[in-house]
Amino acid sequence: MNAEQSYEIRLKVNGETQQITAPARRLLSDALRGELGLTGTHVGCEHGVCGCCTVLVDGAPVRSCLTFAVAVQDREIRTVEGLAADDGELHPVQEAFKECHGLQCGFCTPGFLMTACALIEQNDDPTEEEITEAIAGNLCRCTGYQNIRTAVRYAAEISRSDKT
Amino acid sequence: MTPQSFGRAIRRTEDERLVRGRGSFTDDAGSAGLSLTMVRSPYANARILSIDISEACEVEGVRAVLTYSDLPGRLVEPLPLLIPHPSLVAPRTQYILAKEHVRYVGEAVVAIFATDRYVGEDAAERVIVEYEPGEAIVGIDAALGANLVHDDVPGNVAADHAEHVGDVDQALVEAPHVLELNLDMERSMGSSLEGRASHATWDRHGRKLRIQNATQTPTSVRFAVANILEIPDEQVDVFAIDVGGGFGTKVIHPWPEDILTAWGAIEYECPVKFTEDRVEHFISSSHERAQRHQIKVGFDEEGRILGLDVDFVHDNGAYTPYGMIAPLITATQLPGPYKLPNYRVRFRSVYTNTVQVTPYRGAARPHAVFSMERTIDRIAAFLEIDRAELRRRNFIQPDEFPYDLGMIFQDGRPAIYDSGNYPELLEKVLAMIDWDDFSERRSQTPPGRRRGIGVACYVEGTGLGPYEGGHVRVETGGKVQVSTGLASSGQGHHTVFAQIVSDELGVPFEDVEVVTGDTRRFQYAVGTFASRAAVMSGNAVAEAARLVKEKAIQIAADALEANPDDLEIVDAQVQVKGTPARGIPLAQVAVLANPLRYSFSEAARAATQFAGAGDPNEPPIKPGEDPGLEATGWYSPIRATFASGAHAVEVEVDTATSEVEILRYCVVHDCGRLINPLIVEGQIHGGVAQGIAGALYEKMAYDEDGNLQNASFMDFLMPYCTEIPEVEIDHLETPSPLNPLGIKGAGEAGVIPVSAVIAAAVEDAEGFQINHMPLFPSELHEMRLRNAEVSQ
Repeated sequence: MNAEQSYEIRLKVNGETQQITAPARRLLSDALRGELGLTGTHVGCEHGVCGCCTVLVDGAPVRSCLTFAVAVQDREIRTVEGLAADDGELHPVQEAFKECHGLQCGFCTPGFLMTACALIEQNDDPTEEEITEAIAGNLCRCTGYQNIRTAVRYAAEISRSDKT
Repeated sequence: MTPQSFGRAIRRTEDERLVRGRGSFTDDAGSAGLSLTMVRSPYANARILSIDISEACEVEGVRAVLTYSDLPGRLVEPLPLLIPHPSLVAPRTQYILAKEHVRYVGEAVVAIFATDRYVGEDAAERVIVEYEPGEAIVGIDAALGANLVHDDVPGNVAADHAEHVGDVDQALVEAPHVLELNLDMERSMGSSLEGRASHATWDRHGRKLRIQNATQTPTSVRFAVANILEIPDEQVDVFAIDVGGGFGTKVIHPWPEDILTAWGAIEYECPVKFTEDRVEHFISSSHERAQRHQIKVGFDEEGRILGLDVDFVHDNGAYTPYGMIAPLITATQLPGPYKLPNYRVRFRSVYTNTVQVTPYRGAARPHAVFSMERTIDRIAAFLEIDRAELRRRNFIQPDEFPYDLGMIFQDGRPAIYDSGNYPELLEKVLAMIDWDDFSERRSQTPPGRRRGIGVACYVEGTGLGPYEGGHVRVETGGKVQVSTGLASSGQGHHTVFAQIVSDELGVPFEDVEVVTGDTRRFQYAVGTFASRAAVMSGNAVAEAARLVKEKAIQIAADALEANPDDLEIVDAQVQVKGTPARGIPLAQVAVLANPLRYSFSEAARAATQFAGAGDPNEPPIKPGEDPGLEATGWYSPIRATFASGAHAVEVEVDTATSEVEILRYCVVHDCGRLINPLIVEGQIHGGVAQGIAGALYEKMAYDEDGNLQNASFMDFLMPYCTEIPEVEIDHLETPSPLNPLGIKGAGEAGVIPVSAVIAAAVEDAEGFQINHMPLFPSELHEMRLRNAEVSQ
């Protein structure tokens, strides 16, 4: 069996455009982790259920394990590595997860951070129901979610106070 | 002055890199080299007739395809039996690749080394294995039948074990009342979000095999790999930098893939990686929890238990790499906080054609507590005594410690409870959930709902030996480096060990840096399991810090020309007590601790040979001393320390959908002195969530042919945030007298009594007996129908 055809794919990740060469079936999650070395995006199930691999594509949370890299050429992709400011200052969701003990092993965390980031950047005063709705597609096996909820609430609070 | 760290809710040092996406999990180690892909058995019980790898070898990018007959040296042997036991009469472990026979769906048959996993999967599809399937033995009934999982294991019995205290037969004959219960629990599994993984590189020039492995026990992986590959231990380093959850599954080792990646790295002289996918985690790692209990209990008019006789069967799956530890824990932890003058337990651990069963967080205690607490509730119902009151009457009292159960615990030592206060735990949790006023709340239950309340208590043996060690070193720059051999998978060890060292040594918390689970830093360890890490390594690093402190004071005494007894360490300075002006920074003491020929910095000049330090009539390193401001400390307890807790839950059950809703969940927990309440509470939150998962949502749905039908997160109902309620927590701090820090383990506690307490609350709501867990709505619905039939 011969090697499959490869494609030149332009990926715009965290504001930087990078070129990779990969077959059409290369998953975005694998392209980010393997080709681009952005290993902050984790893969927990490879069938789109656990949410560990969540990244933002044009601001919306997307399962990178269900997305082909070739399908998001030239779209704005944001990963956990792109959350903090250029000067290193943590994004409110990162700050809040640290402060509220919203992570234990840290494997699901990038997915929760990206999901929470999408929520808070659209709505920095979410109700409890809106928080539940936002994070209800991400699995965590360590925390029991209690501190994750607290963290998302607190992230919204930081986000609001940053604006005033 | 630096505030005391121990006991404070200090934010975790681990989190900074994890929230930035800068963790270092095994699969992050890079994609250079080869990827290992396994071809697994689609049959639960079959003979392998032939394997054709020719087409797979043709796939471009495939380096090698291996079957059992290709394995060299000791790789042909079965994997090690990790914990032998005299009652384990027929242990069986699997081969690295199946030899002639497969015994569960998912067993490794063929190994493919390819440029990446995509290519590996292409090749796997082209491997043709011819099987002759036999009848699958699935579930305890089948295991007790005529067909065998291993031809040479009669009755499918791996272990048959019995222990007793007192004379149960006599007690049951004499007891005014005797009740019988038949209870059973289904399987679940740890389901860490990171699966198993190993990444091996072979440094041909340095002759070093470096293995990053998602394990709870790197030192043991090292010994196992070196032993099987027949290379010196010194040529193998194993490290687990970040591990994405373990929950017991990752204490099992070596997995076939651990050995194959290590062997492949040497054989093919390039890095080799294996990263388990989710389906593989379901069908080729480990499960837990399936047991069936038969109980006979005798008691008096007051509800005091006179005799308890328990006979249970434990489904251990196809192999027993971890021996019979899980059922042994059930047997010895079943008495819980209650006095059982006459107790007899017998179990049989039996083979089935399913994934192996090894400890999963809680480690077969949930079954033990389910049985004991169901029994207590049944007695209370029979005598019409309040369930809380019945517990009070049977508790071991605070003045009865140490309390000897008269049994041998999982560490091979007597099960002797070191300390505790069970009555107070219960009173606290009852007050928290407002037990006494429940009938009033029940009267306000909305239509279409039934409300119930339950309480359950447990005792958990934690912090067991044999030992852990810790190393503490003060660098000449002032930073304090700490290492211990056991690995971390989310428990916050880096934070709590830094808290301990900071206090013991007298340095700011921020100056302490901790490394866990890296044989390059610390070679002797046991591992992270059995809620032991904080107790074991916590006390070991404390001891190391004390030794460093002693040494620092001795060196500073010489430099300051002071009496060592007059010195203290405050804020990283060794000084005359209460006189900061007469002191020397610890960093400078570290310089003086290492007499130098060659300077490397301004500060280091003070330790060189012409700097005038030290007595010219003494050798620079005095007999019995070592250079460097560092020390290794060990902690090896005589036996386990026993934590405890009480949980209470109020539930509402829907009369139409049979869904169970948790209204309030309360925990009172006693793990001795708390090092960091934030972290302990986090452990409890997660444990309770896993308990609720096991009580209401999760099971391994095998069909009769041994196919796991729900081997994905689509079908295995691991709870999201929508299923897990807020958990209310209070603590009791009864110090352990067994270790200097007075601590007990906390990692598994949350999960242990959850099935028991939810069963109690649902039983209270429904008014009929709950003998089976988990309680899916469909099961509860069927229970209602059966109960309605019986009562007609």
